Amino acid sequence: MNENLKFIQGNEVCVEAALYTGLDFFAGYPITPSTEIMEHMAKRLPKIGGKFLQMEDEIASLCAIIGASLTGHKVMTATSGPGFSLMQEALGYAIVAEIPCVIVNVQRGGSSTGIPTHVGQGDVMQARWGTHGDHAIIVMTASNHQDVFAITVDAFNLAETYRTPVILLFDEVVGHMRERIFIPKKGEIPLVERLRASVKRGVDFHPYLPREDGRLPISDFGGVNRHNVTGLAHDMWGFPSDNPQVVHGLIRHLVDKIQNNTHKIAKYKEYYLQDARTILISYGSAARSALHVVENRRSRGEKLGLLELQTLWPFPYYLVQEKCADAKYVVVVEMNMGQILQAVKVSVDRPERVFLANRIDGVFITPTDIRNILRLIEGKGV
Amino acid sequence: MERHRLVFSGSGGQGIITAAVILAEAAVLYENLIAVQTQSYGAEARGGATRSDVIISDSAIYFPKVNQPNVLICLSQEAYNKFSPIIRPGGLLITDTRYVKTHRKVDARQRELPMYQTVMEKIGKPIVFNICMLGALIGLTDFVKSGSVKKVLKTRIPSDFLEINEKALDLGMKLGNAYK
Repeated sequence: MNENLKFIQGNEVCVEAALYTGLDFFAGYPITPSTEIMEHMAKRLPKIGGKFLQMEDEIASLCAIIGASLTGHKVMTATSGPGFSLMQEALGYAIVAEIPCVIVNVQRGGSSTGIPTHVGQGDVMQARWGTHGDHAIIVMTASNHQDVFAITVDAFNLAETYRTPVILLFDEVVGHMRERIFIPKKGEIPLVERLRASVKRGVDFHPYLPREDGRLPISDFGGVNRHNVTGLAHDMWGFPSDNPQVVHGLIRHLVDKIQNNTHKIAKYKEYYLQDARTILISYGSAARSALHVVENRRSRGEKLGLLELQTLWPFPYYLVQEKCADAKYVVVVEMNMGQILQAVKVSVDRPERVFLANRIDGVFITPTDIRNILRLIEGKGV
Repeated sequence: MERHRLVFSGSGGQGIITAAVILAEAAVLYENLIAVQTQSYGAEARGGATRSDVIISDSAIYFPKVNQPNVLICLSQEAYNKFSPIIRPGGLLITDTRYVKTHRKVDARQRELPMYQTVMEKIGKPIVFNICMLGALIGLTDFVKSGSVKKVLKTRIPSDFLEINEKALDLGMKLGNAYK
């Protein structure tokens, strides 16, 4: 038996991947369907010298990991929709103060407290715009365990590279499903380690003055360099400022550092797009049903393809436009009322040819649901 | 190989999900197969209808749920009433005589096994009911080898309870073979 071969839940895969990157601090509050992430962290972290904290709520959880990250730790928290709502204020703080952290949202069905043990993908727009004010954010997802591992490692790498919170937007099916995974060996996936400031004690330190390559070194809080950290608009020393030029520069910096690198951040997978007449666009667990339909129809010679998005934000508009240029129809498969559908419509040249195959009742979208929409589009009736 | 689609159903607390996980894990870790296991359950810790789907195959599995099971296992009346209509024609329906009173014919092999009764008579502890069911399933179908399941039991079951679990598995296999 290959000892790297495991048969585990997606939530556990996420934990393994986080530990693979060197995560050493986790704070959280349990909530279905993300609880297994916390449980496994509680088991694993103390054994390797890390710290695990169960907090009083999700607000405290995110605040705790923000603080730990500032002192030099690799950090993560995990929650589901209701907890993610509570985290929005601290999320904005982490974006503005440019603090690397990873937030996992294992999506449940429904709105508000919803249907905890069922599946949904309704938090796509919340992940993008849930916290107030102009900002950019990185949101990633995956549909199978091998990808959950790779994308989780990627999330930590991107958090360090761009000094930003990264949201992993999984869902109940991927989180709870068990399937096989080969845990990659050490060094198999490259890791981005924290870029630390090298300014000596007593020398004027500019914690918010990016280097020429755009990266912003961090000085561990409480270490060599004293500096201010705030959610207020701030200057290059980290002190509050209402100077229009400073404020303008800060907002541009926060947005540009991510939007301008969309092509580097955007991860996706494609299946049979070369000659596809109809292209399905999907992500997360819904992409499994989409791929099922595509493989099935391809075996019968029908020209169907799948574009599986793994980066949802920044949305890769250019990619969708390019891949769908020759398609007659585009069908977005997702478990919400059309949150990625809107972004796809903006991307393509002929938005009237974009359709939605969705499900919003907590039931995992089936290949039949998708086939019914395809039949309608093709004028065959249901 | 033909794709095996199984639905395990019953009431929360019966160990339905655990049994499904053990079967799928045995297939993946010790028989070099591909398997996916999913579950659906209510918010309660005990009670409520529980269902776990397992697909075992030698090729990639994308859609992880089972619409029409080849094998349907019902360990509660509620589960039987709800799920017996979805069985694939020609499939296998396994119910427990203590918990389920079958009341209609399905287009499938129907096996009503006294699994609970056997466990209580021979072992006296209801906690291994699920493992006895797993044994019966293996006895009836040969989807995975009993040796593979035993290897999984060794890694998942605390050593104090391993013996009664192995015994329950053997009892179930005998039962399954007898009703084959």
